[in-house]
Amino acid sequence: MAAARPLRHRSDALPARVDDVTNRFRWRAMRALGLCRWLLGGTVRALGPGAATASSAPSPQDGVTVEVLDHLERLALVDFRDAEGVERLREAVRFAERLREVNTEGVEPMDSVLEDRCLYLREDDVTEGSCTAELLKNAREKVEEYFVAPPGNIPLPELEERDTFLKEKLPH
Amino acid sequence: MKLECVPTVSELGSISILGQITNISAALKEGQVTPTELCQRCLALIRSTQFLNAYITVAEETALKQAEESEKRYRRGQPLGELDGIPIAVKDNFNTAGIETTCASNMLKGYISPYNATVVQKLLDGGAVLLGKTNLDEFAMGSGSTDGVFGPVRNPWSYSRQYKEKIVPRSDSEPENSNWVITGGSSGGSAAAVSAFTCFAALGSDTGGSTRNPAAHCGVVGLKPTYGLISRHGLIPLVNSMDVPGILTRCVDDAAVVLGSLAGHDPKDSTTVQDIFQPFALPSLTDVSKLSIGIPKEYHAPGLSSEILAVWSKAADLFKNAGAKVVEVSLPHTHYSIVCYHVLCTAEVASNMARFDGLEYGHRSDMNKSTESMYAATRREGFSDVVRGRILSGNYFLLKQNYEDYFVKAQKVRRLIANDFVKVFGSGVDILLTPTTLSDAVPYVEFIKEDNRTRSTQDDILTQAANMAGLPAVNVPTALSGRGLPIGLQFIGRSFQEKQLLTVAKWFEKQVQFPMIQLEEVKKHDNGVLQHQKSASFS
Repeated sequence: MAAARPLRHRSDALPARVDDVTNRFRWRAMRALGLCRWLLGGTVRALGPGAATASSAPSPQDGVTVEVLDHLERLALVDFRDAEGVERLREAVRFAERLREVNTEGVEPMDSVLEDRCLYLREDDVTEGSCTAELLKNAREKVEEYFVAPPGNIPLPELEERDTFLKEKLPH
Repeated sequence: MKLECVPTVSELGSISILGQITNISAALKEGQVTPTELCQRCLALIRSTQFLNAYITVAEETALKQAEESEKRYRRGQPLGELDGIPIAVKDNFNTAGIETTCASNMLKGYISPYNATVVQKLLDGGAVLLGKTNLDEFAMGSGSTDGVFGPVRNPWSYSRQYKEKIVPRSDSEPENSNWVITGGSSGGSAAAVSAFTCFAALGSDTGGSTRNPAAHCGVVGLKPTYGLISRHGLIPLVNSMDVPGILTRCVDDAAVVLGSLAGHDPKDSTTVQDIFQPFALPSLTDVSKLSIGIPKEYHAPGLSSEILAVWSKAADLFKNAGAKVVEVSLPHTHYSIVCYHVLCTAEVASNMARFDGLEYGHRSDMNKSTESMYAATRREGFSDVVRGRILSGNYFLLKQNYEDYFVKAQKVRRLIANDFVKVFGSGVDILLTPTTLSDAVPYVEFIKEDNRTRSTQDDILTQAANMAGLPAVNVPTALSGRGLPIGLQFIGRSFQEKQLLTVAKWFEKQVQFPMIQLEEVKKHDNGVLQHQKSASFS
């Protein structure tokens, strides 16, 4: 799997994997730990009056699988920490479902309230800079004029080896 | 009400109709008080109100130096302007050169910025004295100023005579320690600093109501300018398409003075408009008969306290009785604005928080195995639950499979919300009048019973549609609640029509005569007797 980078552009977002290995692991984990019940429990609760209005729309909690959670941790490089963290995400998704109720037929998305104006571009002249020493002051590890980073091109460890709460959802 | 003389230092607390900054500026020119004295008084007051936890960093040395410089200028008869020598405070998510900028987060503890945010630079260029950086919710995410790593901010009104008089004493608890109320957020520190007289104006930021909400709870004026009017360069961003620097002052005139020195195009911020900005002094409106005030019915939101509803109605009647045209209007997509905001905010936050990786600045983890794991560990250690929660939600909404259904959908709903306002203003309404908050400030122990996200969705309901549409809005303190705490009302104006907005706000402020806070600390501090207006109050 390609090394995950922090989400800087939407094209970085990769779809969830659907290969066999993943599916097998998923079903095993869910059967063994009753994870199915845990996730479905959330789904059943969500099917209240506030949930998706169209009967054919997918249940809101379909999107929040262990796979997606793992994927999010990699993309964001931020961890869920505990069950509360995961629940927070599910709440957020549930809340966002209300958007489906709005009819946006023929409406263009709005990026900025200043869309009717031209974006200002400066002349391509250097007006400031030469402050290397100042900028380096805030970095913890540096050598001469370089920021020092640990070795790159090493992907984040798989779920089994990572120090993450989601690991608890794996079969032992 | 006549202003008899320029107030002396011992009357620092008295309100005057001409605006406090203008008065003090005149006093400085006349030599009745010096910038150094002013600065020292404010610093001493900051020390004695430390229990409010309004300040994260107090820049005592640099402030005194700036005051000295200002004094030299006044002696030469060459002050830089109305803000010369005026003590101000800045929210801790604005970069300030040489002074720690933390955003109340472990991620930026110890971070000393190499540059000043444009708004900070403008204030300093005008001679203002920067007293310190104020407390906030971590990275400005929250509506209570309770979620920063330096602890919650206490509302100065918790210690006011007005509030203490109304508390039913409980035999087993100390009112001092358990009854204190929140400031609202996320610019709570700035609001508390202004409310407790420790500075004359403070900068906040407003993304979903973060300036107006604490302004309402702390009884001060909170202005959210039009998006694109004031530079965001140096303001650590939360939501690029909605953030604006906010202005907190004790009266509307002061807000206009500060706005005058901050507004205008900045080549370093390409989202500032290029229109020439003319600073203005506010006229004293006497005739409101040509004004059309809109009352959006959807702002009668579920959970709105009956007290605030009553104050809102009274305000509408006030305008009607003065001859203005008061009409009920509709902003039909109002109840979707909070959901829309929730999606857009978390999505932009996910992107903006990606810059914190420990390499160039801020906290860096000791983990050294790989770049990825170092980033992950740094972010794990540096961000609080609230911040991490929003980043993860944002990334979820931005996943390829969710992008259309959530992010783009929210952008479409945003257009509908903005169009609602366009329609209403296009129908002849000049200003909208709405409540700012659902209730007066709640006690801290009550507030923390719900989590940050729930609270934000509840508390931002009345304020964030203005951020969606980029419109200017201002909170004007209106009356005291039954518990002795401030209630504010919000005016929303047309894009870039701050002069009209503030003129109406100033007229309203004069009508309601909001009472001054009666704080022991301020009284103890001033040698003279504190003057306060006992005029007919609005409630």
